[in-house]
Amino acid sequence: MTPQLATPKSVPMQGRDAMNLVMVGHVDHGKSTLVGRLLHDSGAVCESRIEEIQAVCKRRGMPFEWAFLLDALQAERDQGVTIDAAHVRYRGETRDYTIIDAPDHREFIRNMVTGAANAAAAVLVIDASEGVREQSRRHGYLLRLLDVRQVVVAITKMDLIDFDAERFDAIAGESRDYLASIGIVAANVVPVASRDGDNIARRSDRMAWYDGPTITEAFDRFEAPLPATAQSLRMPLQDVYQFDERRIVAGRIETGQLRVGDELLFSPSNKTAHVATIEGWDGDSAATPLREARAGQSIGLTLVEDILVERGEVISHLTDPPKESNVFRARMFWPGSSPLSVGQSFRIRLNTFETLVEVQDIERVIDTDDLEVHDSESANNGQTGFVDEGARDGIAEVVLRTREILALDEFAANPLTGRFVLVDDFDIAGGGIINMEGYPDQRGLVTVMGTNLTAVEHLISRDVRATRNSHRGGVLWFTGFSGSGKSTLALEVEQRLFRKGYQVYVLDGDNVRGGLNANLGFSPEDRAENIRRVGEVAALFADAGFIAISAFISPYLSDRQRARAAAENYDPGGFHEVHIHADLEECERRDPKGLYKRARKGEIKDFTGISAPYELPENPELVIDTGAESADICAQRIVDYIVWKFAYEGD
Amino acid sequence: MNHLDRLESQSIYILREAFNKIERLGLLWSMGKDSTVMLWLARKAFFGHVPFPLLHVDSDDEFPEIAAFGQCLTDDWGLNLLRGDCPPLDDIDTTLPPAARAAARRAAGLKALIEAQGFTGVAVGIRRDEEGSRAKERVFSTRGEDGEWKFRDQPPEFWDQFNTDFPPGAHVRIHPLLGWTEIDIWRYIAREAIPVVDLYFAKDGKRYRSLGERGHSEPMTSSAATVTDIIAELETTTIAERAGRAADHEGEGVFERLRVDGYA
Repeated sequence: MTPQLATPKSVPMQGRDAMNLVMVGHVDHGKSTLVGRLLHDSGAVCESRIEEIQAVCKRRGMPFEWAFLLDALQAERDQGVTIDAAHVRYRGETRDYTIIDAPDHREFIRNMVTGAANAAAAVLVIDASEGVREQSRRHGYLLRLLDVRQVVVAITKMDLIDFDAERFDAIAGESRDYLASIGIVAANVVPVASRDGDNIARRSDRMAWYDGPTITEAFDRFEAPLPATAQSLRMPLQDVYQFDERRIVAGRIETGQLRVGDELLFSPSNKTAHVATIEGWDGDSAATPLREARAGQSIGLTLVEDILVERGEVISHLTDPPKESNVFRARMFWPGSSPLSVGQSFRIRLNTFETLVEVQDIERVIDTDDLEVHDSESANNGQTGFVDEGARDGIAEVVLRTREILALDEFAANPLTGRFVLVDDFDIAGGGIINMEGYPDQRGLVTVMGTNLTAVEHLISRDVRATRNSHRGGVLWFTGFSGSGKSTLALEVEQRLFRKGYQVYVLDGDNVRGGLNANLGFSPEDRAENIRRVGEVAALFADAGFIAISAFISPYLSDRQRARAAAENYDPGGFHEVHIHADLEECERRDPKGLYKRARKGEIKDFTGISAPYELPENPELVIDTGAESADICAQRIVDYIVWKFAYEGD
Repeated sequence: MNHLDRLESQSIYILREAFNKIERLGLLWSMGKDSTVMLWLARKAFFGHVPFPLLHVDSDDEFPEIAAFGQCLTDDWGLNLLRGDCPPLDDIDTTLPPAARAAARRAAGLKALIEAQGFTGVAVGIRRDEEGSRAKERVFSTRGEDGEWKFRDQPPEFWDQFNTDFPPGAHVRIHPLLGWTEIDIWRYIAREAIPVVDLYFAKDGKRYRSLGERGHSEPMTSSAATVTDIIAELETTTIAERAGRAADHEGEGVFERLRVDGYA
């Protein structure tokens, strides 16, 4: 027997466009009933399903329940609630819709997120007799977080308020105001009575005062999301295949487009290669070679250059590549079953990249009820998570630190590559959107430009230098708030050591900013580059046999780690981090240069401790508390430490 | 990109995620229209190759036309097909109605095949629009050690990040066609010229719309003799796709019991 072959490819039957809509709203405000009625009125429901539900309702001695169309699972019929997001198709005037019915129960918010994350638009359902309630607000806020910005509000159960126009206006105003306060403009607010179908698919006679669109008309006014072809290229690498003679790099283009011959950049490995071919498979006949591919397509590439790249890298063009960082801010929703707290570790998945991540800080917890931002003290001490007992659906702003450098975008710049999930044990536990405010792009810091370098072999060994100086070289890396006493102590220590015959030199803003780093400003990127150069110079001084003391705030762990790596590249153990500690309040009180005052007034942007983070040293070699002891004693402690640690007696 | 292009791209993405993440992956090929489309998509995803075995559960209830069609494609496309047998009907829960019992028997056969071959993941061609409990499925759906689907306690799944990790002993069902509808399947069959068994096409005023056990699948009245006819028919019908599948209609909640227990 020959398999039955289908009709030729010339048949023009591409079908209609489809859009995903999500239903959200407070428990029992009537989401499923609205959808059930909508499906019935639009003729989308098979007769047999209506009959089945009629039979079930009759057996249970209840009136016909539209919600049963959606609440298909037995358990839901028993409890009268929706357990999980159901997807139902509905045929509209201009296109098809998949309606995702989000669940009611507060603890089931993860199902709502599952549904809403795939939606282009949403219907917020509000009971006319109850108005905006807790979950109306929370769901609205999650929509904003998930970037669902097209929202229609359905005021249901209008029969319960006698189709009263004035009461409708009050609730409509209340819901518009709330949505506006979180950055969503309600497209329409529609008064409906689902049981009888008023203003769903047909205009209601009982609400003649209403002249806006019906629910179905409002749907047809939603705008279809466009593939982000005009944006910069982002193609997360999904896999590399070698099933035959071809070595194919596979993935989906999230945004932008690419052509055969383009030079591509792979981040974070920072390798480059040119596109040789765009591979395809077109049934049993040879595929027509593709010249270009664009956003939304799952494709495969072969490369001209033979480079080793792997899953997780982000492919871009050389211009406007993704940022690279191992630390970033995120606004997270956490429907996990246990609270999120500072110091916890998870696996993070960003596009196709996966690595370990630690919650470094929980900066703010957001209460969607009053939109108050709580600078929760308890959330910061590492003891308490940001989620209350029993409420597992918190929203908060956090700082995350990953083990490896990630290629990422800010959500505001590219929603598709600026979002991530955290995996706890075996399950996805929460998600978030990325914001790099106050944190530098580390791409420039980790990319090696020169490729034909060979290490210089000095004829004078480290030991020979140490013998002449009677001490070893090394880096004393001071870090702490502005005003903590770094420069004062550095200069004092330098003088005391010099008198003892030490080779010693202080690197600080005054001698570095004027020359070596004269081309750098104070943006997060420039500040990181400033510290990178100081770290390299300090390493050279140390290798030359000097005690190099650097006195920079250097607020970021990653910058200090890089400085440590630079020094220890020459001499393992040659880098000593010294935390010059004083409380922020004390530093602000001292304010020797008047900088805090200016920062408070907003005259200085990204000022450490005021408007930019300071990341505490994790394991500093030495901690000096300038708030507790005099400058004299502090300086002597450091001198004693250096004399002890850098002594050289020869072999 | 049109609607079918988007569906195709999404299914390819899912299959590639499964192939990358699942240690021992198989694809359940019932040889019906949906799983044959899924097989076609796998060949697209992997550039003409199917880099994992196909699973098929034989029962003595099978349509001979399906067996012949399956053998033909297996030879033509050079597929690695693993066959499993159903356990005797006597071993199956006697409290189930007859058609559901036959379906449960096939599910038990699949479970045995998965265990015998040590699969940790199986791609299955179910769609959300088929019936209510499938509408609540995730793309990656973990089954416990006993093969059970815990639909009340599913982890979230969003932004195309799937739950690809699971405890030892569990396995995962992957649903690359979850977002497709019946008419999408037929439009895609037409566009790609994908072969399907001819039981779907009307003969003497009857055709099969959904194929299951021979004794428990009823043909529908139809004159649709080509793929084009079928698409035209589906544009207007208000009869459910699985109306001819007896196991779905033997009582409230029976089908849900089947699915919780591992029926695809």
